[in-house]
Amino acid sequence: MALNDKSRNEAVLQAITANRLRDGEVIFLAPGSAVGSGVAWVERLEDAALFEDAATADAALAAAKAQAEGERFAVDVYAFDLRVADGQRLPVKTRERIRALGPTVRIDLGKQAAA
Amino acid sequence: MNHIAPGRNAGVYSYDDIDRRFVAERVEQFRAQVERRLSGELTEEEFKPLRLMNGLYLQLHAYMLRVAVPYGVLTSHQLRKLAGIGRKYDKGYGHFTTRQNLQFNWIKLEDTPAILNELAEVDMHALQTSGNCVRNVTTDQFVGAARDEVVDGRVYAEILRQWTTLHPEFTYLPRKFKIAIMGSDADRAAIRVHDVGVFAKRNERGEVGFTFYVGGGLGRSPFVGKLIRDWVPEEDFVAYLEAILRVYNQYGRRDNIYKARIKILVHELGQEKFTQEVEEEFARLRGPKYRLAPEIVDEIRRRFGGPAFETLTDEPESLQAAKAANPDFARWVAVNVVAHKVPGYAAATISLKPAGGIPGDATSEQMELVADLADAHSFGELRVSHAQNLVLAHVRQDALFTLWTALEANGLGTPNAGLIGDIIACPGLDYCALANARSIPLAQAISARFADPARQQTIGELGIKISGCINACGHHHVGAIGILGVDKKGEEFYQITVGGDPTLTTAIGDILGPAVTADETVDAIEAIVEVYLSNRHDGERFLDTLKRVGHGPFKERVYAAH
Repeated sequence: MALNDKSRNEAVLQAITANRLRDGEVIFLAPGSAVGSGVAWVERLEDAALFEDAATADAALAAAKAQAEGERFAVDVYAFDLRVADGQRLPVKTRERIRALGPTVRIDLGKQAAA
Repeated sequence: MNHIAPGRNAGVYSYDDIDRRFVAERVEQFRAQVERRLSGELTEEEFKPLRLMNGLYLQLHAYMLRVAVPYGVLTSHQLRKLAGIGRKYDKGYGHFTTRQNLQFNWIKLEDTPAILNELAEVDMHALQTSGNCVRNVTTDQFVGAARDEVVDGRVYAEILRQWTTLHPEFTYLPRKFKIAIMGSDADRAAIRVHDVGVFAKRNERGEVGFTFYVGGGLGRSPFVGKLIRDWVPEEDFVAYLEAILRVYNQYGRRDNIYKARIKILVHELGQEKFTQEVEEEFARLRGPKYRLAPEIVDEIRRRFGGPAFETLTDEPESLQAAKAANPDFARWVAVNVVAHKVPGYAAATISLKPAGGIPGDATSEQMELVADLADAHSFGELRVSHAQNLVLAHVRQDALFTLWTALEANGLGTPNAGLIGDIIACPGLDYCALANARSIPLAQAISARFADPARQQTIGELGIKISGCINACGHHHVGAIGILGVDKKGEEFYQITVGGDPTLTTAIGDILGPAVTADETVDAIEAIVEVYLSNRHDGERFLDTLKRVGHGPFKERVYAAH
């Protein structure tokens, strides 16, 4: 099943996120991660794997959850929706935009500070 | 562990070896638990309740550590330690909360045992700041200093801290449990919106006793606490509270998190039946084991020490001259300074709400400055208010100008305590994993709109309280103007309520109309204020005018453009 939102022009994609266990840092599943081939994480949304269809996203999410607990690397693993417009990755929900960047009231902090 | 003993201990409970050993043991327990989690011996499901018992949450950007400030009172040494932790382990700041605690927003799990160890060095911890236990007991920010104080609530709050921390029946309650105590004729601790609200008072013989309100609370289902007993003698203080908690533990719902708080139990059983259950339990409990002996109370009171006040007079000439020469100082005194029980002293509120600022946030540098000022002017002691400000409670009136000058030079002299700029706001969606909408940017926009101190003073007492979700950490239900952030199809909207009141005349605010956008909310607040000013009679507060004229004129103006 495609994840496209028919009400908008841009395709709705998915990315997978979590918090790193040891320090709580927001992380995203890296491209190429899959069950059996290893799971890797990146700290920036622009480097994250994007999934165009639900079946692939579900499989990657399952692999990420298994690795997160098995290797004690990440917690609170879940998928979220985003769009890509003009090369920018924009999460659909404000919550995920804030997680990907940092607090809107302290733009000197979080990932946005190092951008 | 190196203990840094509090210096001139003026009104801050002094730990003994038993207290210190207990806190140190908890630090070591948690250190081992963190090691077991990182090694894989504990799953996240197993570890989560353990970290929550130590005040460690997982928020949007990182772990958040909520440090307990018991009943909001701390020493300058402790504040310096918090400043140091903020600088060393966080990003150079902390956030003071509506429960008189401090939150660090950027904590690493692997650092947490070291942080707790540093806290223990100054007799602090993060216990009872999370989980389904009796949380940090809150009280009046002017406790022990207020001119209208009848009973010093700190003593009884500390007794409850000791009674509840290790109590086996209170470790796995159906849900979190919040107690607030007031010892004055006024209510500055919002006691009737707590699970248990206690009024400490004296009878005609001068004996201490307590009035108990139960079943108040905000959140998804707001309720005003019900009076279940007007007078509980001091010796039965602990027994009566134990009886309440036992009834809650027995009948409270554990099958539905939304119905698990005691307010739902009181509501469903009814005030009469609930009271009857408590009284029956109390009758069974009452006896030597639960008797709070006067010697225990006296010993706890002694461990608080007390400032060595000098014999002074109110309104010294130097204060009068400074006010006459400096209108800004005079305004700050009029707004942020209240009478002290000892003549010649005053309690000063240090606003953490500069116009356009983040309510409750303080940098490590600001904390260190306030600690220095506490040493210089308030016996090394200070308080956190539930309104997210700091208080120096024992300042000589002839030192107020010196204090204000230092605060003003460092951006801490905002004269808005209790005014429209003194906005209570939860961290909201900028930090909190539970939030639906941002709170802080709205608070910033409103305080910037009403930045003019003279205008704020003209408007007078008007509390705005903002929550980013229905959990109501920003107490929006009891704001004279309350604002609740909601998510509508991915967009942030704000629902406005009016008429909330956290004081003795407790009231839950009424929804004014449909939710509006953030920009519209700021305009709506302006409209509400204009309607108030154009309708108010002499001496009326916002709530008085609202009560007299009703919601109609306010609603009409706010939604005129819709």
